[in-house]
Amino acid sequence: MALLEVTDVRRAFGGLAAVDGVSFTVKPGQIKGIIGPNGAGKTTLFNLISGLLKPDAGRITFRGRSITGLKPYEIAGAGLSRTFQNPSLFLQMNVLENVMVGRHCRTRWGFLGCGLRWPGQAREERAIREAARAQLDVVGLAHLAGWSAGALPFGQRRMVELARALATEPAMLLLDEPASGLNTREKEDLGRLIRQIRDRGITVLLVEHDMSVVMGLSDDLLVLYNGRPIAEGAPAAVQNDPRVIRVYLGEDLQNDESGGDAPPRAPATPPATCCSR
Amino acid sequence: MQNESLALQYLLSGITKGSIYAVVAIGFNLIYSATGIINFAQGEFLMLGGMVAVTLAAYVPLPVAVTGAVALVALVGGLLELAFFRRLRRHSILHLVIITMGLSIVIQETALHIWDEKVRSLPYFTGNEVSSVRFLGAAISPQVLWVLGTVALAVLGLHFFLRYTLTGRAMRACSSNPEAAMLAGINIPNMRTLAFGLSAALGALAGCVVSPMTMTHYEMGAPLAIKGFAAAILGGLGNPMAAVAGGLLVGLLEAASVSCLPAVYNDVSAFVILLLVIFVRPQGLWGALAPDRVREH
Amino acid sequence: MPRLRLLFLLALFPVMVAGAQLGLRAAGMEYCLTQLTMSVYYALVVMGLCLLMGYAGQVSLGHGAFFALGGYTTAVLTTHDFSGIRACAGVGVLERAGLLVAQQDLYGQAGLSVAPWAAFAAAMLLTFVVALLIGYPALRLRGHYLAMATLGFTLIVSKLLLGSALTGSADGIHGVPEWKLLPGLTVSGRSALRVQNYYLACGLALLLLLGLRNLLRSRVGRALLAIHDRETAANAMGINTAAYKLKVFVLSALLAALAGVFFTHYTGGIAPSEAGALKSVRYVALAAAGGMANLWGVTVMSIALNYCSLRGWFGSYDNAVFGALLILIISLAPEGPLKPLGLWLRRLAGRPDPERRTPHGAP
Repeated sequence: MALLEVTDVRRAFGGLAAVDGVSFTVKPGQIKGIIGPNGAGKTTLFNLISGLLKPDAGRITFRGRSITGLKPYEIAGAGLSRTFQNPSLFLQMNVLENVMVGRHCRTRWGFLGCGLRWPGQAREERAIREAARAQLDVVGLAHLAGWSAGALPFGQRRMVELARALATEPAMLLLDEPASGLNTREKEDLGRLIRQIRDRGITVLLVEHDMSVVMGLSDDLLVLYNGRPIAEGAPAAVQNDPRVIRVYLGEDLQNDESGGDAPPRAPATPPATCCSR
Repeated sequence: MQNESLALQYLLSGITKGSIYAVVAIGFNLIYSATGIINFAQGEFLMLGGMVAVTLAAYVPLPVAVTGAVALVALVGGLLELAFFRRLRRHSILHLVIITMGLSIVIQETALHIWDEKVRSLPYFTGNEVSSVRFLGAAISPQVLWVLGTVALAVLGLHFFLRYTLTGRAMRACSSNPEAAMLAGINIPNMRTLAFGLSAALGALAGCVVSPMTMTHYEMGAPLAIKGFAAAILGGLGNPMAAVAGGLLVGLLEAASVSCLPAVYNDVSAFVILLLVIFVRPQGLWGALAPDRVREH
Repeated sequence: MPRLRLLFLLALFPVMVAGAQLGLRAAGMEYCLTQLTMSVYYALVVMGLCLLMGYAGQVSLGHGAFFALGGYTTAVLTTHDFSGIRACAGVGVLERAGLLVAQQDLYGQAGLSVAPWAAFAAAMLLTFVVALLIGYPALRLRGHYLAMATLGFTLIVSKLLLGSALTGSADGIHGVPEWKLLPGLTVSGRSALRVQNYYLACGLALLLLLGLRNLLRSRVGRALLAIHDRETAANAMGINTAAYKLKVFVLSALLAALAGVFFTHYTGGIAPSEAGALKSVRYVALAAAGGMANLWGVTVMSIALNYCSLRGWFGSYDNAVFGALLILIISLAPEGPLKPLGLWLRRLAGRPDPERRTPHGAP
């Protein structure tokens, strides 16, 4: 049975359909990639699945339960966690605390218990800390636990964000362009890490622009173009699909020519300057 | 007949008050668009305008006094930007807003020590307290016409300035997309200073024309700032023309509540309606749902 | 390390409190404790705002109104003569339960009023309901719109208090009875109880400080900071942002009302100026001057500044000095003047600043 089932989902912005009738499924234990040229609707689709946007039409089912129209926090609680295209760490906290936030939906003490530091709450707090440390270990950043999140370079922020998403104990992880802004070595590390996560039993759905990453990593691919799916299947098959070659790779060449200055994404900024106030 | 003229009287008083709130709201909007700040010292510009004009009017003819007051207060507005907001680029919007609250207090207290706590007023621009014009059966003071005329002219002038002059367009560019404006060679800090100056000038002008009717008092600024803020929010921040509508609406609401509620509850109904409106339309009546500028920092 | 710091603060605070009292006694200025006690109560409001603004990032210009709501509720209930309803069924039961007590008003007239404990409970309950009703729609607003909504609430409350005969119109309410909190512990402005009340207020503040500190160092505190920083990401990480914003709003409103209740029993009355917009602005300004997200900082700052102005140190320049100080502090030290001081102490102790650590300095 499919873990995630997206059925005929649509979403328009002011008359312009960003996602227009997309259906696909993700099987448990898969790494599934969604590719497509810029503006194909990949990030919109992610926002629809994770609840940041509501679909105009269509249904999304996760673990056999409809999550259409649920709030993002409810979807996170249901076991579907995500990362963002631009790592959105909480810059007023340190690295460990950022990951600890991920434990929020798996812990329960409220205002009163926390204010009184009830014995059970203190125990839970220790457990949160341990679990967060363990996730930092997974992404190999345990040694940075005490540092301010704002002081980290771009690539490490992305890893912390990944650890934070893992801390929610997801059944499925949505990664929004995890390789963008990473250098070649970081990309290799990332690929290894994603496989490792899959081997721990967490299904991965990733949107990616970088073909080299996604081709080698995915078990299954979905190609979007102008908000519509145009091909789905194993990477090798998709790669040879004439429609994909025409619309995606053709587009991609164009993108590569003009794309050099297009995304004004911060590269690994020297920590001295990006250190937050 | 009697009732109709009474209703008309209330309507006119609402529009008169509303037009003043509109000017304050436009002032809020000009500064908000350029900087993201809500300038709580906006009401003090009206007070300063009135006070300076009253002082000058003792020595020079009234038109000169008003012009001088407007120019002087515009200078004060510009200087405030230069002295504080230009230097504090690293501060969050909230901090800057709190600084404007501090400025409002300091300006008010300074005015108290310069002009003491006496209520002053400019002479009526034409006629006097008792002269009145008949209008559809209602008696209105000629000063009301002065207020409405001046405000209308100022609003139209501002509209044309923002829409058709190079500087005005540059100012609009700054508010809608600061980065692109900077790339286009617009000097954004200067535009911000200009916004403060302009908004102070508008405030001072309004402060002068209402002075004969509502009097000028060192404490008059804060209530006006609150009403103007309400008008700006009601119309929707970032849209100076919506501020005019918002101002008139607040004025009319106030006049309506004066006409049917005990005086002590004067503003209650106006604010209740304001709250209901923004609870239903969180972006104001004519505002766009823009990303929150307070959090941008 | 945090434990050490906590012990340090736990020791420091009582020492400061006792030091101030003994110092004033030695100087023969014990009457100053009255203003100090009042400043401590005001500081409770600012502590709540620190939580709401500094941590959760939600502006409120409505906390003066919540303070007044607490104060006026207790004032009305404990001074209003309810003997008119004595004939009603059940009143006798309430009287026997101690919820209603016989009271003498200013002119020695006998009457029947609500007991302070019951009035306190009623005040907190009323504030809870009002804060929920206002907070639920208002917290969907952002930034300046939220500021306007809460300011509008303040103006409505202050006008209603000014206009209603029940709340004494422009005069406010006087002759609020003292509140026997526990045997031997009474909230009262009597000069014989001045020292006791000073320690009572400080003890209350310390308890609340500890509770809030615990709260902020828990998943709740992290959730609030996360909402402040990036609301979308916080929501996507499983935090019910709307519920958290509402809860922290209600909590801070309750703190303000609590302060209002104690303040009213302590000073024996409350005036409508407590609900004025200027008060609310002042609380926000004090929170900002104390460094916003700095619980100890805002508390100390607020006590100090309020004390100075209650003592009338600045005379007729009080407002002007307050405004100028506000501008100075926020321009020069937006994180509060106590923060640089704290960092300096840390450096003196040979500890690195947590914010300055970067991966380059990694061992």
